[in-house]
Amino acid sequence: MNAKQKLPPLPTAEPAAVAVLLAIDPHGLGGVVLRSRPGPGRDRWLAELRRLLPDTAPYVRVPVSVPHDRLLGGLDFGATMASGRPVHAKGLLESADGGLVGLSMAERLTPSTAAIVASACDDGVLNIERDGARRRVPASIGVVAFDEGMEPEECVDTALAERLAFSLRPDEYGEGELTAADWNSTAVSAVRAALPDTLLPDDAVELLVHVAVAFGISSMRAVNLAARCAKAAAAAAGRSSVDEDDVRIAAQLVYPQRATRMPSEAEQEQPEPPPEEQEPPEENASNQNNELPDDMIIDAVRANVPDGLLDILEAQRLRKQAQTAGSRGGPKSRSRHRGRPVGTRPGLPTNGDRLNVLATLKSAAPWQSIRRKTSPHSDRPLHIRKEDLAVNRYEDRTETTTIFAVDASGSQAAQRLAEVKGAIELLLSECYVRRDQVALIAFRGQSAELLLPPTRALARAKRSLRALPGGGGTPLAAGLDAARDLAVAETHHGRSATVVLLTDGRANINRSGNADPQVAEEEALAAGRSLRAEGIRSLLVDTSRRPRPRARNLANAMNARYVPLPHADARAISETVQQGVAA
Amino acid sequence: MVKVFPFSAIVGQDDMKLAMMIAAVDRSVGGVLLFGDRGTGKSTAVRALAGLLPKMRACVGCPYSCAPASDFCDTAQCGVEARGDARKNRLTEVPVVDLPLGVTEDRVVGALDIEKALVHGEKSFDPGLLARANRGFLYIDEVNLLEDHIVDLLLDVAASGENLVEREGMSVRHPARFVLIGSGNPEEGELRPQLLDRFGLVVDVRTPTEIAERIEVIRRRDKFERDPAGFCRKWSRQDGRLRSRIVRARENLESVPISDEILGKAAEVCIALGTDGSRGELTLMRAARAHAALNGDAEVTLDHLRDVAEMALGHRLRRDPLDESSAGARVRRVVGDILA
Repeated sequence: MNAKQKLPPLPTAEPAAVAVLLAIDPHGLGGVVLRSRPGPGRDRWLAELRRLLPDTAPYVRVPVSVPHDRLLGGLDFGATMASGRPVHAKGLLESADGGLVGLSMAERLTPSTAAIVASACDDGVLNIERDGARRRVPASIGVVAFDEGMEPEECVDTALAERLAFSLRPDEYGEGELTAADWNSTAVSAVRAALPDTLLPDDAVELLVHVAVAFGISSMRAVNLAARCAKAAAAAAGRSSVDEDDVRIAAQLVYPQRATRMPSEAEQEQPEPPPEEQEPPEENASNQNNELPDDMIIDAVRANVPDGLLDILEAQRLRKQAQTAGSRGGPKSRSRHRGRPVGTRPGLPTNGDRLNVLATLKSAAPWQSIRRKTSPHSDRPLHIRKEDLAVNRYEDRTETTTIFAVDASGSQAAQRLAEVKGAIELLLSECYVRRDQVALIAFRGQSAELLLPPTRALARAKRSLRALPGGGGTPLAAGLDAARDLAVAETHHGRSATVVLLTDGRANINRSGNADPQVAEEEALAAGRSLRAEGIRSLLVDTSRRPRPRARNLANAMNARYVPLPHADARAISETVQQGVAA
Repeated sequence: MVKVFPFSAIVGQDDMKLAMMIAAVDRSVGGVLLFGDRGTGKSTAVRALAGLLPKMRACVGCPYSCAPASDFCDTAQCGVEARGDARKNRLTEVPVVDLPLGVTEDRVVGALDIEKALVHGEKSFDPGLLARANRGFLYIDEVNLLEDHIVDLLLDVAASGENLVEREGMSVRHPARFVLIGSGNPEEGELRPQLLDRFGLVVDVRTPTEIAERIEVIRRRDKFERDPAGFCRKWSRQDGRLRSRIVRARENLESVPISDEILGKAAEVCIALGTDGSRGELTLMRAARAHAALNGDAEVTLDHLRDVAEMALGHRLRRDPLDESSAGARVRRVVGDILA
């Protein structure tokens, strides 16, 4: 590399450093998640990044509800009709080749859109199979994901975020930190030229891996991104080989947002290790002690780990759970008539399906010359036949089924049961308003019984509820099993299920229908855990007079929201359940 | 031509590599599903597989890569003219076809050739991805994000080995026998049971836990990115060795005996695990046999069975409300008990 080039030093402020590094290797580093509301800080930083890129590098903004044919490109109907031969329009990702893609409201991208962008991040090439053409187009892009999520659980799809090296909150910095005044696109181009010859020595790799392990980062992609970041940093400093400083910069910028634990907490965190964590903690503890550079870098990374890491992790875990629960049996529910349009399918506009004119014309277009030759009405400007017709497809928010599992045993005094019935009746009318489905399971005596399969028929629900008798033992495990099976069946039908369990948590009948309180309670806890394992949202309303730890333990096993109701009337129960379901 | 990371240079992930080699030896095992953590090289391995497969003989110009003496070509549907008795054929790469996200239905099953229709006013069939994947592999990345109507198409064709196109006034039937390879992350949503059932082997891919292994992963990746051609050259001998193992295993596959004792044990494992139907046993046996053939062993032993039990059976278990341990752990436990 050219030694006489004078390069300005890499800025120390994080946002400025990220801008320079990303400008040097946008595709290799994937990009950045900008977590902030729209505002001057964000705009300023983006302007700075674009200033550092070569003039030829495009910047393409992608709206959140982008249809796949815009993202990937497809048949250009107008041009095709005008020229009489198929003309394919460039997709947004293709037109961003060599530059940046800005994803608006990235936290709301659908998983499939995010996955398409992610595949461009990985390969720099897109294989497109659409609208009668097979194309392989270059799409070597860097991604700027504008994450405007307010709550911790609203964040960019993890599959995409994983491929973006950096994460920034530009709001939190001042003008001086957002800009890299010493740098310009000429300097960046010079570094770019030197980058391919920058070496990554083995000890730097070891260091990066050790630090990643210390923070519980299991993905190898993270280390790979950090390695590329270190190389970019080395090239920016005019070095031909990565040194410890570059490793520190890379670790500091790439690792904190990916940390799943703090190094010192490795031992304390035993009670609830996230399941994906497999690094044996002892191993890295011993490694830290005898290697100094590790310690220094670990401290540097630690300083950058966002506050409340564990809270964030918990939020993400819950989100993950909710996602898994909601997405079973198909990623999103496809409603025929409501929701956001997600494309078209061939079909007749019957049953309330709406005709999509453009898609219909598109599928008729190739046939025009053939049909004109054969049709008796050759003077017609357009020949459209039944098989051309296409209708809109919509994606709707998943329908909800609320499953009430009611303890109707003798331990629920008759008056209590009446209260519960009143509450459910109120809930039923609310569900009716929201067009949710409800189901009712009662357990008493030896077994659980599905009194009411999922329905919207309010009258029927009320009738079966009124007829619900009380008394007998409490086969809690059987009730939970029945609720779980029904919830799983509902999710397979693309509806999301919420279980509302109303019980005092006192089980005394085991699964085989015999009175054995001890076994019955263990079984109930196990059944509760399996509900949790299925990722079913649930709510436990403790109906005992005095709240006892028993019901709370069960709620914990189910990962359910626990609501004690010492002296509640029907309306209070109803309101609590409403909140619980909405939460 | 973009260079792909060589198969033999993938660090660790022995189960994943074994499953893919087995699928390459015995196609009847069914597809392979790689399910697991992000950034573990699932896609890398599938892309690498293409470079590893021994070439096959196919008719020149046939869009379905038909074998020289196939019945289908005799009906001349593919438009390749027979010259004398034999059609012209040559050794070609086994297709490993990507089913990219955002694919449209017409490109999967094939459709009217738009170019010909518009320009020449001619009605002709443009074969789709299923045609291209015939006799090869069909790879679906992020398989759980695939749209439902595309999944429906695949299920049908994967079961029958034939693609029947009835659309746009055309009626075409062509062979589409392919091995499905899927990869995905279970966190992004579960797979439809019907689709899961189409996969013979399911491998749970995990991030390597050994620090040395992780270092080696990054090191090789960096070397590859700096000099793809040189890196591939360096590993071509290892890849070649794997390739000849596959070739030999294919030749010997039929002659590797499975004793009644082993068959009994396999049935015992399946019964103990309560797998649905007999497909589990069948897959277990075929996978064990392919594994033995790959190792050049004279017969199928308990070791082979043990090695492939988890990948062949893990996804076929009924959910047991009393047992919360993962499917893999249950298989391991039962295998440990019975094949001790």
